[in-house]
Parts: sequence; C-alpha cells; structure tokens
Amino acid sequence: MNLLHAYEQADIYLIVAAFLLATGVFGLIRRRTLIGMLISGELIFSAASLNFMALNCFNAPDPAAGQVFALFIMGLAAAEVAIVLSIIIAVYRNYRSINARELTELNG
Amino acid sequence: MNPFPASDYIVAAFFLFCIATTVGGAFVAILTARVIRSVCGLMICCVGLAGLYFFLNSPFLALMEILIYIGAVCVTIVFAVMLAEPDEPPSGQNHGPGVLWGVVALVVSAAICWGLSQLSLRGPWVAPAARVNDGSIKAIGVSLLTTYSMAFELISLVLLVAIVGALVIARTGRTKP
Repeated sequence: MNLLHAYEQADIYLIVAAFLLATGVFGLIRRRTLIGMLISGELIFSAASLNFMALNCFNAPDPAAGQVFALFIMGLAAAEVAIVLSIIIAVYRNYRSINARELTELNG
Repeated sequence: MNPFPASDYIVAAFFLFCIATTVGGAFVAILTARVIRSVCGLMICCVGLAGLYFFLNSPFLALMEILIYIGAVCVTIVFAVMLAEPDEPPSGQNHGPGVLWGVVALVVSAAICWGLSQLSLRGPWVAPAARVNDGSIKAIGVSLLTTYSMAFELISLVLLVAIVGALVIARTGRTKP
C-alpha cells in the first residue's frame, strides 16, 4: 500500500465516510437543539454522498450514474433544509424556544 | 518522468489536507456549544468534501458541493440561527443523565465507525471490466437528459413543493403588527 498514492484507493474514502456517519449519529444523539440535530443530519447526508462517489469512481461500470445520484442527494438535502428550517421558525414562534427538552406539550 | 519535482508529495499533502479539513470540520460541527460555530464547522467540512470529490475525478460535484452546501444550506441555517436564538443553555446537569447519554452516543458512534470501516476494508470490491463512459461533465449532462430525465423533473417538482410548503408553514401563526 503506497501512502503517496493513497488517493487512488477506495479504502480511505470509505473510512472517512464511515467516520462522518459516526459523527452525525453522535451529534444526533448528543445535541439538544433542533438546529444542532439538523446539522448532524447534514453530516449523515454528506457521508452517504461520499460513499456513493467513492464506489462510483473505483467500482462502477458507469461513472456518471453515481455523480447524478450525488447531485440528487444534494437537491433533496436542500429541500429538507428548507422544510426543517420553516418548521423550526414556526416552533420558535409558538414556544419561544427550540430546545428539544422543552417541546413537551404532547408528553403524557 | 514527472513534469515537476516532488509533485507526488504536493498532491499527497493536498489530499491529507482535504481529509484533515473534513474530519476537523465534522468535529467542530458536533462538539462546540454555540450553534453558529457548529454551522461554521459544517462549512469547513464541506470544503474538505469538495476537495475529496475533486480527487474522485468529478470537479463538477466539487463545484456543486461548495455552491449548494456552503452557498445555500449553511447560509439558510445562519438565517435561522439569527431568527431563533438557539444557543443551548449552560445547564447544570453535567452529571447523571447528561453524562449517560454522552457515553451512549460515544459507544454507538464508535461501534458504527468501527463496523463500517471493517466492512469496507474487507469487502470483495472488484474493479469493473469496462466503463461505458468517462464520467466527464458531458457524460453527466447526457445521462441527466436521457436516462435520468424523469428523476430530474421529479426532483425539480420536489424542490418547488418544498419551497411553497416552507413558505406556508413559516407564515401561519404570524400576527399583524
């Protein structure tokens, strides 16, 4: 394994993608505000996208398909962010807080 | 052979820089207490990801990553941060359930990272025998307008519905001054 040409092997990209997924899950459990959770979700999206791109570059017979899929992931992430942020604004207007611990009106 | 002396080392150093930027940005994004610093960490992470996409033979995706994630997503999150004051209160519960949840989160994420790394290192990945195109920008455009044209139109519809829905949700409950 030549370290100088590590960028020509899929392994390091896959490990970085697994690390991004792990940090996203960690933030999703640990964060206490809705925006922090949204940022962790974006990290998970990025991990999926990087995984697709790595396997697309090294193991796919059609290198355009993975790039098109990564583009679709970016579009869906943008739509998701728009919806989630509008929900956050609406929640903040009703509760004056977006701390996930205080949104307990339905808590029995 | 090499057109420039030590060009291998320069490329490897740039690759290492991209990986360090991605990992460091992800750490900043999940470990800081203030949300605005977390957004900046997401931006740094996206810059590193754009570099990694560049190394994966797709400069178009690198451009789109910077344009969409940093230019649109992070700026929108900054707007929401300014509107909603989301800073976590310095709560005194650094003992009991807080520490417990931290340990649980650390264990779960470490297990995910280790398991996926093992899975991807040991997987029987095979290189393809032949490639049908070269993955250039022209090939992406051709496949977007032929093979994936239906999905392309559908995603534009999803974006339209998302914009209209975001306007409707953010508008209800707003009182006139």
